[in-house]
Amino acid sequence: MKVLVAIKRVIDAYVKVRVKSDGSGVETQNVKMSMNPFCEIAVEEAVRMKEAGIASEVVVVSCGQQNSQETIRTALAMGADRGILVQSDAELQPLAIAKLLKGVVEKEQPELVLMGKQAVDNDFNQTGQMLSALLDWSQATFASKIEKSDGKLTVTREIDGGLETIEVALPAVVTADLRLNEPRYASLPNIMKAKKKPIDTMSAEDLGVDPSPRLSVVKVSEPPARQGGAKVGSVAELVEKLKNEAKVI
Amino acid sequence: MALDEDTLEQLLDTVRRFVRERLVPNEERVAEEDAIPAELVQEMAELGLFGLSVPQEYEGLGLTMSEEVKVAFELGRTSPAFRSLLGTNNGIGSQGIVLDGTEEQKHKYLPKLARGEIIGSFALTEPDSGSDASSLRTTARRDGDHYVLNGTKRFITNAPEAGLFTVMARTDTAQKGARGISAFLVEAGTPGLRLGKPDRKMGQRGAHTCDVIFEDCRVPAEQLLGGIEGQGFKTAMKVLDRGRLHISAVCVGVAERLIEDALSYAIERKQFGQPIAEFQLIQAMLADSRTEAYAARSMVLDAARRRDAGETVTTEASCCKLFASEMVGRVADRAVQIHGGAGYIADYGVERFYRDVRLFRLYEGTSQIQQLVIARNMIREHSQ
Repeated sequence: MKVLVAIKRVIDAYVKVRVKSDGSGVETQNVKMSMNPFCEIAVEEAVRMKEAGIASEVVVVSCGQQNSQETIRTALAMGADRGILVQSDAELQPLAIAKLLKGVVEKEQPELVLMGKQAVDNDFNQTGQMLSALLDWSQATFASKIEKSDGKLTVTREIDGGLETIEVALPAVVTADLRLNEPRYASLPNIMKAKKKPIDTMSAEDLGVDPSPRLSVVKVSEPPARQGGAKVGSVAELVEKLKNEAKVI
Repeated sequence: MALDEDTLEQLLDTVRRFVRERLVPNEERVAEEDAIPAELVQEMAELGLFGLSVPQEYEGLGLTMSEEVKVAFELGRTSPAFRSLLGTNNGIGSQGIVLDGTEEQKHKYLPKLARGEIIGSFALTEPDSGSDASSLRTTARRDGDHYVLNGTKRFITNAPEAGLFTVMARTDTAQKGARGISAFLVEAGTPGLRLGKPDRKMGQRGAHTCDVIFEDCRVPAEQLLGGIEGQGFKTAMKVLDRGRLHISAVCVGVAERLIEDALSYAIERKQFGQPIAEFQLIQAMLADSRTEAYAARSMVLDAARRRDAGETVTTEASCCKLFASEMVGRVADRAVQIHGGAGYIADYGVERFYRDVRLFRLYEGTSQIQQLVIARNMIREHSQ
């Protein structure tokens, strides 16, 4: 089974994100970038499938600027076989990315597309769902366990208040949740070897997709600063405040 | 071959992340148990950290000196005990073989050292010969196709874990100095090789040293490093430059970590109604520490670049070792001072680092030996 993993380059999860002073977005200049953590989980799952003999080839694809290539290299260092960069300097929104990925899927003909459930930058949580709709493939989102048996997948999904296990027919789009696995550290020798693995580059035009944005960002602002707490003198005062101020009881 | 910028950055990023996510959270446990958990050793090996300086044809990374010190900056940002375990495989435990080993010796040991399957240990120091290393007394007497080793080695880093010892012994007892010394590759478990009790040290718990005792220990003649007698001491001296730069880089890493910890504490801790970081006397300690760490970092990078360019950097490596090890001592002392009473309490960890870094001024040549090396080279260069 050939597996395509879609990955996204985002601001590193450890960086303190700053909103631009004009409120048009967040500062990305000179900010450390990394692979979206959920994408990393998707790559890890694909590599494990390959190690278990379930996947025959793992191809990673990223849509974005030239420097997304670094993120593809990370995936190659983790164990993916080759990479595809769909290069675009335009701002890419979920629907555009889903269309681009559809183009890549038609070229590559994978049986399974794995991706993160959402990216930690804008938390859309749409691209996987849109891709499955565009392809008319089965979808399984928020996967915490994936098992393959002939022609289908059994996927455990993390849903509100519990777990749901579903069966989906292949081909399918599956999005990874946090507990699917713990991604490995790419070993230093593999980081060096990843340089020799091939990365193909293509453009939105090559795939016949118009990636222009459909949504416009009105304003980006920081969450309000946390207010300081207060000490209460007695249980009676606490109950009074919970009732009348916080209005939770 | 030097790595391109992206690959190096990715490599450093991975080490940084591994240190932050896997090693830093285990510092206290390692000190408490006086051991690095086996699963962490395994992870360090899988990451490739034991083969930084082993050439690629022997399954290592073959990093240049500039690249290696950048990795060491990152490894310095956690307890030195972790670095100590992989230090010998990257330094004195493997470099003798890399530089002067026979092709058979390289093939036999370097891949295993690079993969971390065996720990290499370097046995030079003796009870009566430390800084005066060339006066060592351990003997190796030729007996047919074997050598018979006798003597005691002291404070041998990683000896309790070691699978392979590079042992300096006198093959020519008529030669009192360096020329009578040869290096042997002795595998752990060789009959006649015995380990003493692990030493009880001031710090760096989790890293171990002990005596290594040879009593009529018979070693096959092909285990003579490089196959030539009388070369051992030269080999030892050749590997020192690299080791000294590596240690200097670790000192920089530890200093930067301590500065970060001290700064966070100073910003959080309030006295007289404001963060102590607002007080100028605290600021002076922070600023001096930052300045000195930056100086040491710049020195290490410069010396490493020169070495990669083919210059002899014996003097510069000693300058780095002298300055960086003394610097981290001062930085650790100030970090304790900034922490105040908390700096003396084990829960904060800063007192542990204070004890850990004391070793840097002692091993791989004391500060006084570095001063002698630097001054002697200066005088020699002047008279040339």
